[in-house]
Amino acid sequence: MARYILRRLLSVALVLVAVSILVFAVTSILPANVAYLILGQFADPAQVKVLEAKLGLNDPIWQQYLRWAWAIVQGNLGESMLMNRPIAPLLFEAISRSLVLASVSFVLIAVIGIGLGVAAALRHGRPLDHGVSVGTYLGIAVPEFFWAIVVILIFASWLGWLPSSGYEPLATGFWIWLQHLIAPTITLVFAHLAHVSRLTRSSMIEVLQSPYVTAARAKGLPERIVVMRHALRNALLPTITVLALDFGRLMGGIVVIETVFAYPGLGRLIVFSIQNRDLPTLQASILVVAAIYAIANLLADLAYAWLNPRIRYDRSIA
Amino acid sequence: MATSAALERAPRKPMSAQLKAGLLITSVIVLLGLLAPWISPHPWDTISIKTRFLPPSTTYWLGTDDFGRDVFSRLLMGTRLSLAMGISATLISLAIGVPIGLAAGYFRGRTDELLMRSADVLMAVPPIMLGLLVLAVTPPAIWKTAVAVGLVYVPPIARVTRSVTLSIVTEDFVQAARARAEGPAWILFREILPNAWPALIVEASLRVTYAILLGSALSFLGLGAQPPSSDWGLMIAEARAFIDTAPWIALSPGIAMCLLVVGINLIGDGARERLDPRLKTRTAKG
Repeated sequence: MARYILRRLLSVALVLVAVSILVFAVTSILPANVAYLILGQFADPAQVKVLEAKLGLNDPIWQQYLRWAWAIVQGNLGESMLMNRPIAPLLFEAISRSLVLASVSFVLIAVIGIGLGVAAALRHGRPLDHGVSVGTYLGIAVPEFFWAIVVILIFASWLGWLPSSGYEPLATGFWIWLQHLIAPTITLVFAHLAHVSRLTRSSMIEVLQSPYVTAARAKGLPERIVVMRHALRNALLPTITVLALDFGRLMGGIVVIETVFAYPGLGRLIVFSIQNRDLPTLQASILVVAAIYAIANLLADLAYAWLNPRIRYDRSIA
Repeated sequence: MATSAALERAPRKPMSAQLKAGLLITSVIVLLGLLAPWISPHPWDTISIKTRFLPPSTTYWLGTDDFGRDVFSRLLMGTRLSLAMGISATLISLAIGVPIGLAAGYFRGRTDELLMRSADVLMAVPPIMLGLLVLAVTPPAIWKTAVAVGLVYVPPIARVTRSVTLSIVTEDFVQAARARAEGPAWILFREILPNAWPALIVEASLRVTYAILLGSALSFLGLGAQPPSSDWGLMIAEARAFIDTAPWIALSPGIAMCLLVVGINLIGDGARERLDPRLKTRTAKG
């Protein structure tokens, strides 16, 4: 297992290096000249030349990349061009808010999704099953930003229970903080529930028909134990892989959701840096997202291997 | 080998209710989109101050927006944009992803390794962020969004093509072609590709809905269609400010998108069940 973990860590590192090259390459073909961006459109060409030399913009592109990458390895993410602040604290503040949103949603998606999937499988072919199918179908058929607007319409405009957007730090009070978290969470959970519940349902139905479950029932074990102990453990294997993918989707969904709800997290930082051509912030943010995504996938692989010892560790990497 | 093995295996059986419903919903929407300029009750882009924020009525079936434009007419014109986005982006992903997947699955070895590891890298970034990254470097325009969405979905298409190719390569007719000393290009595109189509078409039809959703999300963020376009994502973005007073402006495009995506998904799922007997028995059981 230790060797397997080591190899997976190495491949995560390689992927991140490749993503960093990708991010740098794409943002480097930006037609806008960085020096002009800093000095303004009508800057003195002589000044622009000086700044270009100072920023090393005339060096070959691979030298610029190495300089940038080396700084990141040393923990220096650079300075935001727009806000004239170091990116690191800005980014970590945004990430911590986004991670709160993402992890609360993720836990709810896992619990509700698996619960609905199991319930649908146990009532297979009956009204509850069909209800869950239709509900989850709707969940994925509509973009998140539309659900966000529906949630705002229902909970903020009609019922008046929740604020329609914004963010309050935890320091202002737990209730106010929570209130601003509920609407985006509901949206994210509803939009991402479908994959988990559908997969849990189908694998649960399959497992419930397998001989070993019949054997467990024949032994006279109570149905609750047959379902929870025997069937669920195996049925959850594919769900775990999908949960990891869903975490990646959540990180993507957060971009849109945070914009709709004016929630100052990573997603909004990315949209803000694009709208304002703040390249260093954009590069660092996307790199961090890729890192979170890669780690989520790694954890899923490890959980999968842990739950299912039959997996050949050395082969699963290829 | 023009006819496909998978199609031959599927006997002519009645279409499932799922497939029928999907075809019905989708074809009605496609038809409405195609006929939009002729059946729209009002011009989609004429601004008129007198008719601002009218609720749905017999004259304006879905009401009017903040510029006094008929929401239903805008919706119809927007159908074309959504369909064009979904189809053109998917064609781009297919055009690039299918050859990559064929090559990876046929040549194996280093080619495979290199291509699939590159796909891993692209898939290490959530699709919407990849799209944002591509769009960050140019001023927004809807065709650029379609290209970006198409590029984002190249890796998954390449992966599916590769796995289909891997299973076809071992079949006798490919060995026969090799024995006839056919070139790799012939084998890839004349022997393997025709047999890979059924699986690829199902995958592509589901990708169309992903592309529509991603494209509308990018438009919603202001990185796609620009005003006064009636792209559904943009319509929802613009209607956000009036959600309290005129919810019909935002709800209409959202519900339309829901119908279209459900319709295409039903076709994709229905076609998958028809073409993949293994999967069919599984769903029949469960």
